Amino acid sequence: MRTIRIGSGAGYSGDRIEPAVELAEKGDIQYLVFECLGERTVALAQQARMKNPQSGYDPLLEERMRAVLPVCAAKGIKIVTNMGAANPEAAARKTAAIAKSMGLRGLTIAAVIGDDVLDACKANDLPIMEFEGAVSGFGNRLLSANAYLGAAPIAEALKGGADVVITGRASDPALFLAPMIDAFGWAMNDWNLLGKGTVAGHLLECAGQITGGYFADPGFKDVAGLARLGFPIGEVGEDGSLVVTKVAGSGGAITAQTCKEQLLYEVHDPRQYLQPDVVADFSQVTVEEIGPDRVRVRGGRGTRRPDTLKVSVGYIDSYIGEGQISYAGPGAVARGRLALDIVRERLQLTCVQTSELRFDLIGVDSLHGGALSARNSEPHEVRVRVAGRTDNLREAVRIGNEVETLYTNGPAAGGGATKSARDVVGVASVLLPRELVNPSVRYVEA
Amino acid sequence: MKLREIAHSRTGDKGNISNISVIAYRAENYRLLLAQVTSERVKAHFAGVVEGEVTRFELPNIAALNFVMAGALGGGVTRSLALDAHGKSLSSALLDLEIDEPLGDTSS
Repeated sequence: MRTIRIGSGAGYSGDRIEPAVELAEKGDIQYLVFECLGERTVALAQQARMKNPQSGYDPLLEERMRAVLPVCAAKGIKIVTNMGAANPEAAARKTAAIAKSMGLRGLTIAAVIGDDVLDACKANDLPIMEFEGAVSGFGNRLLSANAYLGAAPIAEALKGGADVVITGRASDPALFLAPMIDAFGWAMNDWNLLGKGTVAGHLLECAGQITGGYFADPGFKDVAGLARLGFPIGEVGEDGSLVVTKVAGSGGAITAQTCKEQLLYEVHDPRQYLQPDVVADFSQVTVEEIGPDRVRVRGGRGTRRPDTLKVSVGYIDSYIGEGQISYAGPGAVARGRLALDIVRERLQLTCVQTSELRFDLIGVDSLHGGALSARNSEPHEVRVRVAGRTDNLREAVRIGNEVETLYTNGPAAGGGATKSARDVVGVASVLLPRELVNPSVRYVEA
Repeated sequence: MKLREIAHSRTGDKGNISNISVIAYRAENYRLLLAQVTSERVKAHFAGVVEGEVTRFELPNIAALNFVMAGALGGGVTRSLALDAHGKSLSSALLDLEIDEPLGDTSS
């Protein structure tokens, strides 16, 4: 049976770079996938593109490509990535330029376009999934609308001879499903095979999260070598069979436990994992350790794909201002609470306009509120945190200022004050009939 | 005993919804999870944190439960004022849940 090995070179935009180089050099892989596009990254990238038409792609594109292009070109490893963000064509041109500058010739770089569906969303004024309202309600705060594309245009680019395929918004598992379709010629209506491929893609898409990252809990779940964590390789057979493994000698561990945790990561109903190409069913999946850092995963299934595509809509939501300051030693918690009370009163006295405020004592109750916080002995140090939502940046700045003035006006011995203010790009979802989305592929030769 | 003794857990986020997996280290403890880690208990454990409904999905093949918690992320990851906007730390908090140890089998 034919088998391919797909490496997962990044689990988010800022991920470590050298594990991908390790995969390319020592992983015996034919495909290297970089998943780098967070929920609102496209909206932020769209803002950048509006300022400069040549930008709008992942800021780490150049660093990643420079690190892996030479070895991938030498070994014929094909790269698939969503680092195109809001501008896949510019990212493809940039990648071609990088290849030339490194003396790499004869490479074909493909850009998958067509995920930008802002016009279709405006024209159809689709309802928002997360709250009451429709796209028109955003008015001029609307920034972007990008459909989650499936594997077909990526597979088309690979079949068309691309050495590097760069997308914008695409479903994360589809980045992995496309190489399987390319290698094995799976039919786009073989729902069970597409379901199995989606299980593989879902397990691999967060890179280190299946090799022991986001997992260690000393004394309960120990993982060695997290500073040199190896990234995963999926060995996929043409029948959809899957073994998850990594480069021998790299840090981390692949066990039944790490695979189970990642299988359910960001999953709601495991029988219905909605994808552009298939509705995958994870409910019958089993995992089996068959060797050191080798886990066999079986039982993925699928049913017919949805008639709609999920679209991420980016919009300017609000502004957030924040300030922090620390207290330590005996009475630290009491001084921290006094500090919070002072800022609460100051924000009222000085009429700072907020729609939402939050007062935390980091070290005591910042993560889960008062009810769940341990009633242990007093911590040695606490950090006051005040955050508030405002309509404009000027008001947001005033929140952090009121925390900073605790230095000379607040409780004794406050230290390490910091403040920040930022605009908030929110993301909502709509469902768009798939016939309104028309992806296509553009090629650039290096 | 604490849930942490018999299970491990991971949190994921989508919009304003958090999901927490609870996975038995040993398959024979899955029935303890089924009996004692109910959606009602999870909802009560996260009172003040989770505003919406808690739904439980069962995965006997991997001895795991998956809890889907609506209104758990302060309005959503992209706009929340919370320090941990993704709610990634919720899984560890759930492992603090108290589990009754089963009585030994005395029927034989």
